[in-house]
Amino acid sequence: MSTTVQGQVEAGAAGRSGSRLVEVAFRVRELGILAALALVVIVTTAVNPRFLSVQSIRDLLLNASIIGLLTVGQTLVVVTRNVDLSVGSVLGLTAFMTGTLFVGRPGLPVVVALLAGILVGVVCGAVNGAVTAVGKVPSLVVTLGTLYVFRGIDYAWAGGRQINAADLPDSLLTLGSGRILGVPYLVAITVVLVAVAAYALRSYRSGRELYAIGSNPDAAVLAGIPVGRRLFAAFVLSGAVAGLAGVLFTARYGTVDATAGTGFELQVISAVVVGGVAIFGGSGSVVGAALGALLLSTIGSAIVVLRVPSFWQQAIVGALLIGAIALDRLLALRIAAALRQRSVRNAG
Amino acid sequence: MAPLLVLDHATKSFGAVQALEDGSIELLAGEAHALIGENGAGKSTLVKILAGVYRPDSGRLLLDARELRLANPADARDAGIAVIYQEPTLFPDLSVAENIFMGRQPLTSGRRIDGGEMRRQVVALMERLGVPLDPNRPARGLSIADQQIVEIAKALSFEARVIVMDEPTAALSGAEVERLFTVARTLQEHGAAVLFVSHRLDEVFALCQRVTIMRDGRHRFSGPLAGLTNDDLVSRMVGRELDALYPKQPATRGEVALSVRRLTREGVFTDVSFDVHHGEIVGLAGLVGAGRSEVARAAFGIDRRDAGQVTVEGRELPAASPTAAMAAGMGFVPEDRREQGLIMDLSIARNASLASLRRLRRGLLIRAADEQRLAADWATRLRLKFAHFSDPVSVLSGGNQQKVVLAKWLARKPTVLIVDEPTRGIDVGTKAEVHRLLSDLAGQGVAVLMISSELPEILGMADRVLVMHEGRLTAELSRDEASEQTVMLAATGQPTQAAS
Repeated sequence: MSTTVQGQVEAGAAGRSGSRLVEVAFRVRELGILAALALVVIVTTAVNPRFLSVQSIRDLLLNASIIGLLTVGQTLVVVTRNVDLSVGSVLGLTAFMTGTLFVGRPGLPVVVALLAGILVGVVCGAVNGAVTAVGKVPSLVVTLGTLYVFRGIDYAWAGGRQINAADLPDSLLTLGSGRILGVPYLVAITVVLVAVAAYALRSYRSGRELYAIGSNPDAAVLAGIPVGRRLFAAFVLSGAVAGLAGVLFTARYGTVDATAGTGFELQVISAVVVGGVAIFGGSGSVVGAALGALLLSTIGSAIVVLRVPSFWQQAIVGALLIGAIALDRLLALRIAAALRQRSVRNAG
Repeated sequence: MAPLLVLDHATKSFGAVQALEDGSIELLAGEAHALIGENGAGKSTLVKILAGVYRPDSGRLLLDARELRLANPADARDAGIAVIYQEPTLFPDLSVAENIFMGRQPLTSGRRIDGGEMRRQVVALMERLGVPLDPNRPARGLSIADQQIVEIAKALSFEARVIVMDEPTAALSGAEVERLFTVARTLQEHGAAVLFVSHRLDEVFALCQRVTIMRDGRHRFSGPLAGLTNDDLVSRMVGRELDALYPKQPATRGEVALSVRRLTREGVFTDVSFDVHHGEIVGLAGLVGAGRSEVARAAFGIDRRDAGQVTVEGRELPAASPTAAMAAGMGFVPEDRREQGLIMDLSIARNASLASLRRLRRGLLIRAADEQRLAADWATRLRLKFAHFSDPVSVLSGGNQQKVVLAKWLARKPTVLIVDEPTRGIDVGTKAEVHRLLSDLAGQGVAVLMISSELPEILGMADRVLVMHEGRLTAELSRDEASEQTVMLAATGQPTQAAS
């Protein structure tokens, strides 16, 4: 490994070798997740060929879609060197709200429910963003607090009630189970959002500024970036995505009580980290994060198919997480060393 | 020709400390202007005013004869003032091109970033600077020289007319300095005014046409460099009165207590050898960044060393082990008491006893009463002013905090004591007490190595003065040989007669 990295650096004359090296490394990061995904699928399919049927693939994607959606918002926050732990609670809140709305008025257009969910998510995100950006409180603490606050509101509202699929109109349930051109709606929504976010982060000033803030907050201030406004926006967007995900959660599962989405925040952050987003900000992509979500949920399904005792799943996810971080660290060190050498040669 | 930028009688104070009493400078377009002065002369404060980091308490800043108010660094940038720091702050994860254009990226019609155009502009900028930096590579891993080039390219990209370089060459190699100077001359030719802050007088002469000299926060001299010599500059940089603050008593010089031989840490300091005897105060002088604190930290074992030996009382210390240094009888009062010397939230008694816990331990436990007794003992001896031993040290004044740090080490009865900037930022009265204390310690046979950026303190307190310049010892002066002139000459890297 070290010789090939070295070799590439040596081989590239002046100019472009450094950037190519890094581009390769980034692509390798996303390719690595795809390779891991392929491995899981191949091994599982060898044991049970039905794992690779069209229906099964559809289910795999569907299972990953809600967490995958949440990784979009989470990535926006994490690249700025922050974290949003409240997404599971926001999801729970809007999921129950959606159920209640439709139980009260079965004729409600689904679009209204989607907008209402997003709106509640925006409000929750605005609370996180305001306290973090204006109050300068670490987001870990702020969103840990709102994780409990939002969940508490959910409990107070729901009490012991549970909403069942039978209480919900078909218009909503179709959103959860229907397809467009063979692709489940949920998967399509997630893919579109991932694509939009990936494009925005790559091609717009505000997107690049999120990376800049995470890469070096002091330099971001010196560069005249409105750091507070950008952080606020990132939390609002994360909240909006979580709100939307809550509506989709109800549409998909039909059964909602006050515990919906509990613990999702950790799954989302795991997916983001496994997907190659640096937990200290500055680098990583939405696509990688979404692939991370797909990998983790596929492992979950594979374990069932392979009849591995399910309590192994958590251990595997944990090992994968540590492996991903170790890989990133190793990669970063290698790249840094290679780049430094190049720098020295240029100067000399 | 009318000056491009004028700073007129700017003042700035931080609390009770007057950092700048008269900051005045005039920069002409197409000229390189040097700003020199001793440590603490107010150069950095002046630079930060130009950078929009500090707002002056009074005084005016004029650009093109129009008054300018800078509320933040972005204002300075918009006004066309660029500051290149010794160690630039870049975004390590982002590309060189993005670092240069962050927040100002060229856009296409749809407000999207035009990556192709951005890279083209960076390539053009790099050609102008004559430095082939790849616009796509991330800033992580760039040498400091290349990081500065990125900052200069940024300055060029918004057509900065005033380019301030704050000790840019301190961390550069010879070839890199040459390259930087070529770039600076190119900027001048394009009509920019360059302000060059440096400790290296030879570089000042090589690059600049005019010079401003500051001393004690005040403007002292401005004029063309032509016709001036090194000695002229140094004599205008120094010249403070020695007062009665420094009561070093003569003490009998004993055996060698601390011996440092060929101590080297790559890129930081090289081949440093010296002895400190019992009963002696040795001053370690030099300009900021000369590597004095680094030598002390490596000798005490906080930082690793690449080569060399440290012996205390004839016993060699293992590398990088403060525990061994302490066991051998060394104490170290660090430069930054708030960050390194004290635990600010802990009580006075806790802080004072921190280095003596092993001795205070009875069985497995440490009794608060013992801690208090130790603190009380030293509080009396050091005349500490405080309300309760249980108060956190953060409530004490700077001078009293420094006394607690000293108490912490003196409680261990060290035979070798390193003090780094022992009186920085403390009031005059406490300063005298600290000096009296150091003098008493030497009288009792303790070997004291005192790092100080205040020349009067060095000259008044030290039996011998070691001078460092860029990581090397450049002079060892006896008390009689040491004067502001000889120390400053050695500290700026000029050969001294006394050193031979």
